[in-house]
Amino acid sequence: MTIEIDNLRIRFGEREVVKGVSFDIEGGDSFGIVGESGSGKSTVLRAMAGLNEDWQGRISFSGEDAPQKRPPSFFRKVQMVFQDPYGSLHPRQTIDRILSELPLVHKMDRIDDRIAKVLSDVALPQNARFRYPHQLSGGQRQRVAIARALIAEPEVLLLDEPTSALDVSVQAEILNLLADLRVERKLTYVMVSHNLSVIAHLCSQVGVMVDGQMVEQLTAEDLRLGKAVHPHTQELRRLSVELEEPV
Amino acid sequence: MNAAFRTWALSEAPSSRRQAAWGNRYRAWLNLKGNPLGMIGLTIISIFILMAIFAPLLATHDPATQELANRLAAPNAAHWFGTDELGRDVFSRILYGARVTLGMVIAVVVLVAPIGLAVGCIAGYFGGIVDTALMRITDIFLAFPRLVLALAFVAALKPGIESAVLAIALTAWPPYARLARAETLTVRNSDFIAAYRLTGASSWRIIFRHIAPLCTPSLIVRVTLDMSSIIITAASLGFLGMGAQPPSPEWGAMIATAKRFIFEQWWVPMIPAIAILLVSLAFNFLGDALRDVLDPKGN
Repeated sequence: MTIEIDNLRIRFGEREVVKGVSFDIEGGDSFGIVGESGSGKSTVLRAMAGLNEDWQGRISFSGEDAPQKRPPSFFRKVQMVFQDPYGSLHPRQTIDRILSELPLVHKMDRIDDRIAKVLSDVALPQNARFRYPHQLSGGQRQRVAIARALIAEPEVLLLDEPTSALDVSVQAEILNLLADLRVERKLTYVMVSHNLSVIAHLCSQVGVMVDGQMVEQLTAEDLRLGKAVHPHTQELRRLSVELEEPV
Repeated sequence: MNAAFRTWALSEAPSSRRQAAWGNRYRAWLNLKGNPLGMIGLTIISIFILMAIFAPLLATHDPATQELANRLAAPNAAHWFGTDELGRDVFSRILYGARVTLGMVIAVVVLVAPIGLAVGCIAGYFGGIVDTALMRITDIFLAFPRLVLALAFVAALKPGIESAVLAIALTAWPPYARLARAETLTVRNSDFIAAYRLTGASSWRIIFRHIAPLCTPSLIVRVTLDMSSIIITAASLGFLGMGAQPPSPEWGAMIATAKRFIFEQWWVPMIPAIAILLVSLAFNFLGDALRDVLDPKGN
């Protein structure tokens, strides 16, 4: 599913936090947005998901302009995974109940089978199904959050820093899972992160946001080779290389 | 049997929806059991409820039969709690009075809790103009002194139990609406609610299936703590002659009619007073214990 964002502007009260961002994503591709905290990258993602209904510009999925208020059918095609797995699962509901909400809303058939299938897709044991979120580890919770998005059988997955709340060993597991799922299900990813190596691991295209503007777009390959043009991108790359390979 | 249930309910990997739900309930019960004051409260309330249900079996006399030759008798073998100013058996009247008083309390709670919950959750979730409108209405009701509004209301209708219940309900719901709204505000912007919005569910579905259940524990605690004040308001209305009408043995009305004898035959008004005190105290103990057990931040 191709995605086009054209001159997207979002303001919170007087302050404009996204100042005319444009980018295109080919179907099946994965696009990473990097930037510092407060650069507006998550805000772009939430507007794409339909959580923020107050924006200007154009957001279109496979050539179709998305309205400000999305119809329920939209959420079968586009789903989102949140940053914090401790805050994104209802604390008083079992995993089963969390996963069955979307199929119930959309009156899908074979809900039991779908839940069992999606749990095995994200490599969660079937006996996790009737547990509560507080009985699971952070990595398992994030798998539940991914399963909740996958049960809609979406074409686009919006990822809002899906690994930043997890510890390093679990981060790699989740990233590999996401990479595998993309191939299996031919998903289109849009991922937001402040971590360049995470983006480089999963995305082929990278957009760099500074202060509400997308200052540079380049391929992950160019980024790796140090072909960035904008000084901010170079700075980000330098920082991430230095962090990985301390002198 | 009991041990089997225990291992089944406490299983770390429940295999059905029912088992997970029972596990949760059983854990809450174990928590409550570990709280001595809470258990005392629960026991007292259970005893009073059982007394109310089985009043016809337990009563030694008919609560309305007068025996004028034997009025204001001290507690004795025939009349365990003595007799009142018309020679009626106080023990039997306390039993039947439990029906009236507890029945009023339950009726008020059944009326008030869902209204407060719905108003608060709707106001908190939608925000904006809906919030302003609903909360100003709530403020209007909150601004009236409770007993005065209840009195005016009962006076406008006819004095009686139904009017008393309605009057108390009318003045009791605003705090619950406020509480539910505050709880809703803390969760409405959380990621898990955002995730439910991304299922395409309607706002109503989100409010009543996902937000309201999060508000109920604190609401239950608050209701339990308020039970005692509802009992006292009901008793006050009875005392002022606006609640249950004679010969109905409501506890507040019993104190009201017996207050003349408080110096000479002090046990006559004292016994219904003790009943009110015990039940109010028991509800307070239980409410405090439930706060520890049901607090969502606790686990």
